[in-house]
Amino acid sequence: MKQWIVAAASVVALALSAIAPTVSLAQAPAAEQKKDAAPAEAAKPAEVAPAAAAAAAAPAPTPNKGDVAWMLTSTALVLCMSVPALALFYGGLVRTKNMLSVLMQVFVVFSLIVVLWSVYGYSLAFTEGSGALSPFFGGLDRLFLAGTFTPATGDFSMAATFDKATPLPELVYVAFQATFAAITCCLILGATVERIKFSAVLIAITIWFTLSYLPVAHMVWFWEGPDAFTSASVVDAVNAKAGLINQWGALDYAGGTVVHINSGVAGLVGAILLGKRIGLGKEPMPPHSLTMTMIGASLLWFGWFGFNAGSALEANGMASLAFMNTFLATACAVLSWSFAEWMIKGKPSMLGAASGAVAGLVAITPAAGNVGIPGAFVIGLAVGPICLWGVTGLKKMIAQDDALDVFGVHAVGGITGALMTGIFNAPSLGGPGVTNWVTMKPDAYPGILEQFIIQAKAVGLVFVWTAVVAFIAFKIADLLVGLRVAEDEEREGLDTTYHGETAYNI
Amino acid sequence: MKLITAIIKPFKLDEVREALSAVGVQGVTVTEVKGFGRQKGHTELYRGAEYVVDFLPKVKLEAAVGDEIVERAIEAIEASARTGKIGDGKVFVYDLEQVVRIRTGETGKEAL
Repeated sequence: MKQWIVAAASVVALALSAIAPTVSLAQAPAAEQKKDAAPAEAAKPAEVAPAAAAAAAAPAPTPNKGDVAWMLTSTALVLCMSVPALALFYGGLVRTKNMLSVLMQVFVVFSLIVVLWSVYGYSLAFTEGSGALSPFFGGLDRLFLAGTFTPATGDFSMAATFDKATPLPELVYVAFQATFAAITCCLILGATVERIKFSAVLIAITIWFTLSYLPVAHMVWFWEGPDAFTSASVVDAVNAKAGLINQWGALDYAGGTVVHINSGVAGLVGAILLGKRIGLGKEPMPPHSLTMTMIGASLLWFGWFGFNAGSALEANGMASLAFMNTFLATACAVLSWSFAEWMIKGKPSMLGAASGAVAGLVAITPAAGNVGIPGAFVIGLAVGPICLWGVTGLKKMIAQDDALDVFGVHAVGGITGALMTGIFNAPSLGGPGVTNWVTMKPDAYPGILEQFIIQAKAVGLVFVWTAVVAFIAFKIADLLVGLRVAEDEEREGLDTTYHGETAYNI
Repeated sequence: MKLITAIIKPFKLDEVREALSAVGVQGVTVTEVKGFGRQKGHTELYRGAEYVVDFLPKVKLEAAVGDEIVERAIEAIEASARTGKIGDGKVFVYDLEQVVRIRTGETGKEAL
């Protein structure tokens, strides 16, 4: 049966790859830099022939080598966040008998999403859609990344950044965003560890990626880019092509909603549908290696500079601000979580400090290029105790087995960061404000309450959307292969029963 | 012949070994074990999950000795393993029916 499915899938893939190059490129993705886009700065006197307009056209801008170098580096940094950082962070928290299952799930899900991204994911997220679905999904112009490189001419298509006439090779953007899609899907795995079937993981994640990650990424991040905003008169038309949440004006620099709330809620839904681990609350199941967890947390911090500062899409001042905010907020959160734990529980723990770091990184993600240094201080210090509550008090209230606290850290931290971004974006609070893309002046901030409400709307929509899709995704996996392993398999451990290996042969 | 089993605090191992050597006990088998008696354990905290860990690490010593030195061996263990604080451990003495030295095939007291 399985071989039949593999054969059919191969035939379909071959057929699609034959068709893909012939897909019309006439409807180019909105973010693509057109070759003749540079407006002629014509101040010519009237007696000059009309042909002067063509002669005065400036050559198309080419990518800045510093921008490209930084973005390629950032992409590699974000890859590192998934493998090995997240794998080790999660792996150290489970029992030895399940270590390999965690490493395997992260490693394979990461690879799976990169492949799906290259087939259809990038296209559906970051091209212009059509009709009623356009605020939610893109189109198929970039299926199999068609059009990003044209061998006949040696041309590379371009993607927009946050400055006019500042293109980035689109393939760089594809690769960068691929790592975001992949790590988001890997984050979910923390909630379902130690009892979910490997096959169920692959099915549920594929469905959730397609129906939640892609549309949320499109809604929040898809827009035409600054070059489309040529004058005030076109603003409404340009905005109408953007993703829904982007049209609302929600601020999400590197994925507080797209990555953290999206995955945090989905993880909780998966944990609820799976049920609690056998022996929870009665048998001891402490982390088998907080050493590994600390290594993972440290590598996450390291890689997150690519995640946040790379979301500037350029090697410039904004990237520096995002970098420093990421640095500072995380350090603040380590301290605030540790001190809160010290006061409440009596001893500051390594797991607490590592969790504080991750919470700080999560909360500063939507804020990194959207707040100033004061915002980084406040967000970092606040999210420590807030997420400490998320993994203790709130977790008790929810009374489910979100094993590695994906909801408590990523959803709660993501919501905290997303809401505080709206506040601390205010220039009066040291933030860079919102840019008017016609004039390129940062004077479009609507006001603290107004922006807060926009952020809250974005959080609410993503929360509900991902919960519904996660429910569907895990249910379908349950119907196809069954979600949970058998009791004796769970007791023996997933490494031997599902992967035929032992992590530690000491 | 007797088999003496002693459960002691791990850091006392070297002292006890030397004390046994001084009274003529030439061979000892040592195992790392966990256990508890009246000494309480400790609490560990991992985010929201609290674990009371009753078991404490101990060391188990086993020595096969001749009847004539059993009393001195027990005294040596007691004196060297004692700290006076709770959790010092216990000594158990079993009757030993047979002993064989594998290399030579010797049995009984010659094999001790």
